[in-house]
Amino acid sequence: MRIDVMKTYKLYIGGTFPRSESGRSYELKDKKGNFIANPALASRKDLRDAVVAAKAAFSGWSHATAYNRGQILYRMAEMLESRTEQFVAEIKALEGVSDSVARKQVQDSIDLWVWYAGWSDKISTTSGGTNPIAGPYYNFTIPEPLGVVGVIADEKESLLGITRGLAPVITSGNTAVLIASERLPLSAISLAEVMATSDLPTGVVNILTGSKSELIPWLASHMEVDGLDISGAEKKLDGEIKRAGTENLKRIYRFEKDASLKRILSFTEYKTVWHPIGI
Amino acid sequence: MSELGNKLIDGSESSLRAFLDNLPGVDKVGAEGRAAMLGTRSIKTTSKARAIDLAISMVDLTTLEGADTPGKVRSLCAKALRPDPSDLKVPHVGAICVYNDMVKVARDYLDSIGGQSIPVAAVSTAFPSGRASMEVKLRDTQDAIESGASEIDMVIDRGAFLSGKFGSVFDEIREIKALCGEKAHLKVILETGELATYDNVRKASYLAMLAGADFIKTSTGKVSPAATPPVVLVMLEAVRDFFALTGKKIGVKPAGGIRTTKDAIKQLVLVNETTGPEWLTPKLFRIGASALLNDLLMQRMKLSNGRYSSANYVTVD
Repeated sequence: MRIDVMKTYKLYIGGTFPRSESGRSYELKDKKGNFIANPALASRKDLRDAVVAAKAAFSGWSHATAYNRGQILYRMAEMLESRTEQFVAEIKALEGVSDSVARKQVQDSIDLWVWYAGWSDKISTTSGGTNPIAGPYYNFTIPEPLGVVGVIADEKESLLGITRGLAPVITSGNTAVLIASERLPLSAISLAEVMATSDLPTGVVNILTGSKSELIPWLASHMEVDGLDISGAEKKLDGEIKRAGTENLKRIYRFEKDASLKRILSFTEYKTVWHPIGI
Repeated sequence: MSELGNKLIDGSESSLRAFLDNLPGVDKVGAEGRAAMLGTRSIKTTSKARAIDLAISMVDLTTLEGADTPGKVRSLCAKALRPDPSDLKVPHVGAICVYNDMVKVARDYLDSIGGQSIPVAAVSTAFPSGRASMEVKLRDTQDAIESGASEIDMVIDRGAFLSGKFGSVFDEIREIKALCGEKAHLKVILETGELATYDNVRKASYLAMLAGADFIKTSTGKVSPAATPPVVLVMLEAVRDFFALTGKKIGVKPAGGIRTTKDAIKQLVLVNETTGPEWLTPKLFRIGASALLNDLLMQRMKLSNGRYSSANYVTVD
């Protein structure tokens, strides 16, 4: 007879797993009302710390070679694969779906990470280009990452929702702050454990669990955040989020398609370089 | 020797040693516990706004890099006078702190932009190691004062202090103090990161104060750990007790490792709870820092407009 070793679900900020600065947590129950866990209830200060960590990580991550970023994302898929059972169990417990449905969600997520990993070193070739100009210059345009992007996780399929949001953002070299689903946060924190063991540099992805309605306004108005994927936010919040984001001209998108190149390119900006011929 | 120090010691090395060796030891666990406890104080809204402005006015805005240029020093001076050009209500900083050869650049530029009230501090006596002959140290200090420095940040000879040559350290500080005279304020850097124990920090604090320091400063910023809260607490206690003994108010300057508004406010809480609010003035408390000012400004913006700011809206130093 062993004593149960219950897992503490904490935040993921700058490569560490802290509790909320506020000391708060909330009770998570499954659909039948059974207790599952006490995840951290992040405060706006945790959000601030997460943005600071993401900003600090941006220079290194965006300057890593695209090939290297792709390899790290691929490594995440490998780690995810080896932890399949853990994710299946968590998805089953919280979403109340059958084993096969949960397993399919995990497999789809792994495949999606691989798909976006592949895009990493192809974005500039397919979406950038050399431009024909009348003059003694080479002229080329390349998509570059924006900076820190906030991702609000989908409320329907926990792991797949996070993957849809995060993978396109970081594959191009952005760093991210994810607000996990309030009701389905376990996959997000377990995914942080995958990231921590995949050579993903600290701070590239930061994950907060807690109340979306409390955190979203601070994320939307934060001047250090350059883009927002609000696919997982309630539609009625759109106006409020966009108003808060105007101050620093955030790019704010709600995506309809699950996986697309557009999701990557939405959080890049085009840089055009003129280079004299013969120098 | 300062007159006030005279009452406590007779000037001989043996009396100095007797005084320092008779100081009570520091309760390490107690000091760390008290510093940690004071660090949990939550300072909010109007108090925080006041603390931020006070901290800004106490910053010794510092650049001590081998790569410093006159241009960089001038831009730092402009920032010292108007930390946030978009908000003229932000107070100017406590001082500019530079290497010797930049003192004149800083002084001239500050004078030319209306910053006459901002003193220029020079790091002196073979900063940061203090490894030079006394002749060179005196000349170094003389040079800084002649260039327009009104504050001298000298380092003590830690090697001599740690091997028990209190008299030699004492004499060095006294000679530099004599040279500073009325022209310059003397801050004595103890480099607490190299002193190994809190007892030594207490001894070095008293030694510097007896020798005539106007300020005692934790660190050069080149050695880690630097201004940790317990070290600052021990120094503040020494200052408080020295005031009780002599009636003379000595200033304290933590420097090194204070990068965030939270760190700075923790320091202010330590001051308030140890020496009392009388020390909450740039005349008696300074914070040596470079990156801290930007964080203070960003927090100030957050308080005034309600959203978290970004490093894109403060200057790159």
